[in-house]
Amino acid sequence: MSQKIVLVDEEGKRTDGRKLNELRPIKLKVGVLSNADGSAYIEQGKNKILAAVYGPREVHPRHLALPDRAILQCRYHMAPFSVEERKPPQPSRREVELSKVIREALEPAIFLDKFPRTSIDLFIEVLQADGGTRGAGVTVASLALADAGIPMRDLVAACAAGKAGGQMVLDLNDIEDKEGEADVPVAYMLNSNAVALLQMDGLLTIEEFKQAIDLALDGCKQIYVLQKEALKAKYLAIKEEAEEVVEEE
Amino acid sequence: MTSIMVSRIRKKQIAQLITSGKRLDDRGLADWRPVQIETGVIEKAEGSARVRLGRTEVMAGIKIGLGEPFSDRPNDGVLTVNSEFVPIASPEFEAGPPGEESMELARVVDRGVRESKVIDLEKLCIIPGKKVFVVFVDIYVLNHDGNLIDASALATLAALTNTKVFKYEMKDGEVEIKPGFEALPLRNFPIAVTFADISGKLVVDPWLDEEEVMDARLTISFDKDGKVCAVQKGGTGTLSPEQIIEAAKTAKEKAEELRKLVVKS
Repeated sequence: MSQKIVLVDEEGKRTDGRKLNELRPIKLKVGVLSNADGSAYIEQGKNKILAAVYGPREVHPRHLALPDRAILQCRYHMAPFSVEERKPPQPSRREVELSKVIREALEPAIFLDKFPRTSIDLFIEVLQADGGTRGAGVTVASLALADAGIPMRDLVAACAAGKAGGQMVLDLNDIEDKEGEADVPVAYMLNSNAVALLQMDGLLTIEEFKQAIDLALDGCKQIYVLQKEALKAKYLAIKEEAEEVVEEE
Repeated sequence: MTSIMVSRIRKKQIAQLITSGKRLDDRGLADWRPVQIETGVIEKAEGSARVRLGRTEVMAGIKIGLGEPFSDRPNDGVLTVNSEFVPIASPEFEAGPPGEESMELARVVDRGVRESKVIDLEKLCIIPGKKVFVVFVDIYVLNHDGNLIDASALATLAALTNTKVFKYEMKDGEVEIKPGFEALPLRNFPIAVTFADISGKLVVDPWLDEEEVMDARLTISFDKDGKVCAVQKGGTGTLSPEQIIEAAKTAKEKAEELRKLVVKS
């Protein structure tokens, strides 16, 4: 760990000028790919991530099909150009693990029993990574699922908190993630007060661990509001378009 | 369809018992199965251990090799953790490349060892940026009866405690291995504690029947100073924030009990 980098300065400002409990700027857009049944795009700081949902559709390979519900298949994948050093395109062990935890974070939100013997296929492509891509991946995937019209109990919002430069911080960027003391990604369903994804690496006391979770949940709540706005924005745009057509007639 | 029905009936039975504070195998909700640790079980490995957690059995073998450091850590030796779910361990396991369960397991164990800085990796550097010792941890599941993560983390730690490193000497810029060994320098002893959430109740060290019906799984690792060093939620269920903190407190106590078994062995 390099001691040269000051992650939090004396005034409590972080490397990118943020306050300790401040999220990076987040942009969300729903319905960005015409071929997919549902899609969404997120920018969170320098993270740029696309998510697409296909399905419910026939299961491939077929033996994975379940008689009483749909399966969710998820692939989290990073583009080779998304990081400093080129990432080989074949899935790394990290990507396999993240695909699993992201799937397990979204499954509890979906009414899978509505579509027996089918598959809902979710693809997350990280175009640029800057720390916290699994959280941003969950946030954007949840919107893509909603955009595909898949019945859901709630939107899943996700965000990390952790410790960097000796301070508890929200939404770690790449440097804070790499040089900081700990990272706690959390995914959350607000309506049921349910944590759907939880991981940690680093070192924290139990008290700090609790603070990190609370801080991350705070971030999730803010992101949840943005998610709802993004979903509404898509339909408001359609409504406006429709009204223009009516006026022209 | 039969298996789905069976698992639902089974789940109801297991969940009902748990609500009254009981488990199918007569344990209390916060009880571990009997733990047995043997070290130095494979002579040809530089370190090894076999852990029995009830009927679950896991072996960890450590091989030390020479290799190149990662470009972003030129002064550090390399640690890699792999796990294999070999077909002898369960009718559910098939031969072939590692699946996501086994990759997840290896990565959770890796995180516990790496984040608590068990191995002083700087001491494994031979020529900065060029040559370092590589510590290969291979986790071999021999019999699967649930809670492979904790058994594997224990086996890994126990194997590391009896790992030896080659002595070497530099001759004309080349590494020459000398006879004899030194103990691998260890600084910390992380212990993983896994819970299964079954219908809203947490039980420690789930065995296979409980894992098959659990909603969510939560693993929390503690280092020797009582700090959290790795966390992983698994499974398709969810947990409340209160449940997580409660689990962390229980896990801290359990980790201390278990650590005594490894450090003693």
